[in-house]
Amino acid sequence: MKEKKTMMSTAIIRGAIKESFLKLDPRVMVRNPIMFVVEIGFIITLALIFVPDLFGGSVSSGYNLTVAFILLFTVLFANFAEALAEGRGRAQADTLKKTKQDMKANKLNSLNQVKQVLSSELRKGDIVIVAQGETIPGDGEVIEGLASVDESAITGESAPVIKEAGGDFSSVTGGTRVVSDRITVRITSDPGESFLDRMIALVEGAKRQKTPNEIALSTVLTSLTLIFLIVVVTLPFFADYLEIQLEIPMLIALLVCLIPTTIGGLLSAIGIAGMDRVTQFNVLAMSGKAVEAAGDITTIILDKTGTITFGNRMASEFTPVGGHEEQETALWAAISSLKDETPEGRSVLELMRKQGLAYDPAIGEDAEFHEFKAETRMSGMDLRDGRKVRKGAVDAVKKWVVSQGGRVPKELDPNSERIAKAGGTPLAIAVDQEIYGLIYLKDTVKPGMKERFEQMRQMGIKTIMCTGDNPLTAATIAIEAGVDDFIAESTPEDKIAVIRREQAEGKLVAMTGDGTNDAPALAQADVGIAMNSGTVAAKEAANMVDLDSDPSKIIEVVSIGKQLLMTRGALTTFSIANDIAKYFAIIPAMFMLAIPQMEALNIMRLGSPESAILSALIFNAVIIPLLIPLAMKGVAYKPMSSAALLQRNLIIYGLGGVVAPFLGIKVIDLAVHLWI
Amino acid sequence: MFATLSIGVTLLLVLLLARPTGLYIAKAFQYETTRLDRWFGWIETPVLRLGGIRRDDQTWKQYALAVIVSSLVMILLVYLVFRTQAYLPLNPSHIANMEPTLAFNTAISFMTNTNLQHYSGESGLSYLSQMIAIVFLMFTGPAVGLSAAIALIRGLAGKPIGNFFIDLTRSITRIFLPVSFVMAIVFVALGVPQTLEPTVIAHTLSGEVQEIARGPVGSLLSIKQFGNNGGGFFGVNSAHPFENPGAVSNLLQIVLMMLLGTAIPFTYGKMVGNPKQGRVLFLSMTMLFIVLLGVSLSAENAGNPVLNAMGIQHEQGSMEGKEVRFGMVQSSFFSVVTTAFETGAVNTMHDTLTPLGGLVTISNMMLNTVFGSVGAGMMNVLMYVMIGVFLSGLMVGRTPEFLGKKIEGREMKLIAVTLLIQPMLILAPTAIALFAYPETISNPGFHGLTQALYEFTSSAANNGSGFEGLGDNTPFWNIATGIVMYLGRYFSVVTLLAVAGSLAAKKPVSETSGTFRTDNGLFAGVFLGTVLIVGALTFFPALVLGPVAEYLTLKP
Repeated sequence: MKEKKTMMSTAIIRGAIKESFLKLDPRVMVRNPIMFVVEIGFIITLALIFVPDLFGGSVSSGYNLTVAFILLFTVLFANFAEALAEGRGRAQADTLKKTKQDMKANKLNSLNQVKQVLSSELRKGDIVIVAQGETIPGDGEVIEGLASVDESAITGESAPVIKEAGGDFSSVTGGTRVVSDRITVRITSDPGESFLDRMIALVEGAKRQKTPNEIALSTVLTSLTLIFLIVVVTLPFFADYLEIQLEIPMLIALLVCLIPTTIGGLLSAIGIAGMDRVTQFNVLAMSGKAVEAAGDITTIILDKTGTITFGNRMASEFTPVGGHEEQETALWAAISSLKDETPEGRSVLELMRKQGLAYDPAIGEDAEFHEFKAETRMSGMDLRDGRKVRKGAVDAVKKWVVSQGGRVPKELDPNSERIAKAGGTPLAIAVDQEIYGLIYLKDTVKPGMKERFEQMRQMGIKTIMCTGDNPLTAATIAIEAGVDDFIAESTPEDKIAVIRREQAEGKLVAMTGDGTNDAPALAQADVGIAMNSGTVAAKEAANMVDLDSDPSKIIEVVSIGKQLLMTRGALTTFSIANDIAKYFAIIPAMFMLAIPQMEALNIMRLGSPESAILSALIFNAVIIPLLIPLAMKGVAYKPMSSAALLQRNLIIYGLGGVVAPFLGIKVIDLAVHLWI
Repeated sequence: MFATLSIGVTLLLVLLLARPTGLYIAKAFQYETTRLDRWFGWIETPVLRLGGIRRDDQTWKQYALAVIVSSLVMILLVYLVFRTQAYLPLNPSHIANMEPTLAFNTAISFMTNTNLQHYSGESGLSYLSQMIAIVFLMFTGPAVGLSAAIALIRGLAGKPIGNFFIDLTRSITRIFLPVSFVMAIVFVALGVPQTLEPTVIAHTLSGEVQEIARGPVGSLLSIKQFGNNGGGFFGVNSAHPFENPGAVSNLLQIVLMMLLGTAIPFTYGKMVGNPKQGRVLFLSMTMLFIVLLGVSLSAENAGNPVLNAMGIQHEQGSMEGKEVRFGMVQSSFFSVVTTAFETGAVNTMHDTLTPLGGLVTISNMMLNTVFGSVGAGMMNVLMYVMIGVFLSGLMVGRTPEFLGKKIEGREMKLIAVTLLIQPMLILAPTAIALFAYPETISNPGFHGLTQALYEFTSSAANNGSGFEGLGDNTPFWNIATGIVMYLGRYFSVVTLLAVAGSLAAKKPVSETSGTFRTDNGLFAGVFLGTVLIVGALTFFPALVLGPVAEYLTLKP
């Protein structure tokens, strides 16, 4: 999916243009009351072209035609914005659909016989066997075997992932491909309800429901539209008392300019584009509501391992004991790790290199490697010369040394305690009966996390770290990463308790999770993001799924949610603020003939009444396509305090909304006045 | 110079009184036992017991229903008094029964705290009607408004809405009665009559017979101003020497008009537990008030350019229609205060204000957020606050929150219809009047348009002052303004109480640095912007065709 991120293809634009005409159908238009009013205005002016004296007016057909033309384009521009946003989603859906083609599946029947069936015939509970090179026919759970699966169709990530029966990596998604080995899968969804189906429906926007904030905003916009309808409908009666005849096209122009067409035309595009931004970020939001809720989040619960830290502990210090030199300790640590492919083992060699320490790899040649085992809790090498090098848990190594008649240096224990207290894990290094020292393994905080948590603090978001570590270790990491709070030795129940506690204080909580035991917490959280690598239960409980399985992405999701709301607010403010200039363009123009002194209100010094009205209308129309890129991308958002954010947006969109149309209308008038 | 100084003195006095009064009101409506219970308990307890009122909290629906039903009952009672006053006692001047449409209009007018008067007090009402109908509603009308506002504030503060009957009783016993009683005596001491004797027949030196109306004026005057009622005992209201004898009484009347309106923001700050919330609104409204006062004073000072061009002396500013005793400054000041605080009392004829001076009075009523009348003004202000919060709240990327409660679809729906009602009540009937009843309007052109517009604006905002010259005692005007006054008052009371109920039921969200603050200068800007843009945009075309066109065409 990565390569699909350039979404503005000509095909989409062409489709959107066609779509914007199809959307002119009044049955479709009526769903957007603001633009529907504009369409009615268009129809009335259109009628006036053919029957100019329909309402006893005396405006030339040419003028009516121009007004009708501009109104038509106003509606088309709004439709285009919506169609464009939808088109991008549809393009994404199309590629997903290709993945979803019907295929053969090897179904295991009750007699344990394999039978070939179509994937569309599979029901929940069916069991299928998928071998190397085959595509998994539906969402399911691995019940037997282990295989590496290429999930690039869904995630865009080409490196295969390991799926195995039991545990947190048992869920597989239909449409992904087994690249090695063979697994038995129990299907967990009926046709049409699979993950892929839901994903297609979501990106297509087929099931798009208005989000709560969108509904609230639409209500306000509809109310404003009605208010201006009252203003414009009563105006001819006011004028009539003064014996001034107002022309219908002018009234329609006034109405269309006053009602919030800019935001009305872009509102649904903003919503669709917001969802789309989340999707392009490889996060699948189950509803627009979830994206909006993400913007409201005040507390984020993050797992330490994998999110805040790299998860694998890395060597960061060699501590010699028993009168040995650091160089010696490091040497044996390196020898013991020569064939150790674990991240810990590799980090020892990495640390040596970093500290500029050298060792002779020849010592380790032809040595026999002992892997780390749960029983021994040590790993190491048996060298050619018979010496045995071991590295492992301090007490295990101690026992091993003592059993060979060695002795334990007295500074070993205080040192290993010191390391443990600082949040690290001590590994002891021994050669036969001799303990050489300790390796300080540290869980390293990912670079940039501290800055991100600081940003979140500015946004008013509290971060809570969950970890299975003991309180000491947890506290150390918490300080190092800069999170606000932590829960040590946490169980899944603890997570739910914390979420409930925060919610009781009026906080909105987001969390990420992958395991089955995370599912209740994901469901309890206001925004739950499940990792795609996680279990089916977790994905079902969450309202977002991160296809890249990168838990730190929650931070970006929050930003996208905020951006979505801000874009709506900013464009609404802009749209309403525009009315001031439009009034000063149209009102003097309407009455200048009857009341010449109205010229005093023509502060933009527009050329003529006709050109003033047309200029305001043209501005009103072209501002919609001009703002489409902003509606699609969302207004720029940098984490900062709400006061700073509001001030910035008020200046740009509030003040800008007042000033921009004065300039815009004036410029357009300079051109229009050449003809009229 | 002296006159301008007197404005400063008046405003300073109000400034000193506003905060303590506001805090007193907050205390008066506290349901927890306070010292005030000891002072007022002896009267409140029997009254509440008599009415069979228990101290239970009501739901917003019960509260709203109580407001509506009680008001309807009072309207009906007063209507009956007006219709039968000729047969009832205390009618020494033998005043006839009121005509039905006028009685309908007048009963609603006083119940809704509007006090639009399509009659003249001295010839239209018996003393009994003045005392038990008019003065009765002058207490209960503002008390209903104050109670509803307190209920809304309670809801915003996340507390139970309260009990309407207790609030209504307490408004009267703890606030309106004590102050009115004292001020009535002060006014009487300043020369305002308080008598049940009939109209005096005086024989002038030139042998003419003059009828001098009098009556229980003092008791009416204090509550007229303090409760933002505005309905005069006499037809010419506070321009009459018996209803406003001099500079001191004029100053006191202005202070009384301003007192509750300026105090309630502080009540609000106290009740929601953050004094800054109230202070921000107080300062924003003060700014609006000062600007509008400045426009009015400078316009009145410049005078009518046409008259000026004729060489008529205008050193004292425009004196057309103004009481010589008060002069241009005190008249202009009074006109701004009476419209800002939706009182409707006048000491000058607003019809004769210069176009821009008239524009200020009508704008005050259209905005209805420059303090406004007791309670109703604050409710309207809080509605605009919520609109401001909603629009700018989105701009900080959060679901808008106000006082720890999320403003969502339901609240915005209620606010959206409330917002809609104001232009509907002003513009639609004005259009009808201009189109169907032009003969009742005494002026042609822009000024006539303003007359009609003013009448409905004054009715919708429950102000009650008139742009005189309108032939308003006709069935059309009586019924139309009656309906507008009724809806102008009760529609928003019900919808905003619904908002209060809905917000009170919500779980509060905690405040963080990402929360949009409503107690700082930035929000003052947001509030003013919302009021001016949303409020002013609605009425811009109507104002352009009325006072603005008049101003432009008069300009030399």
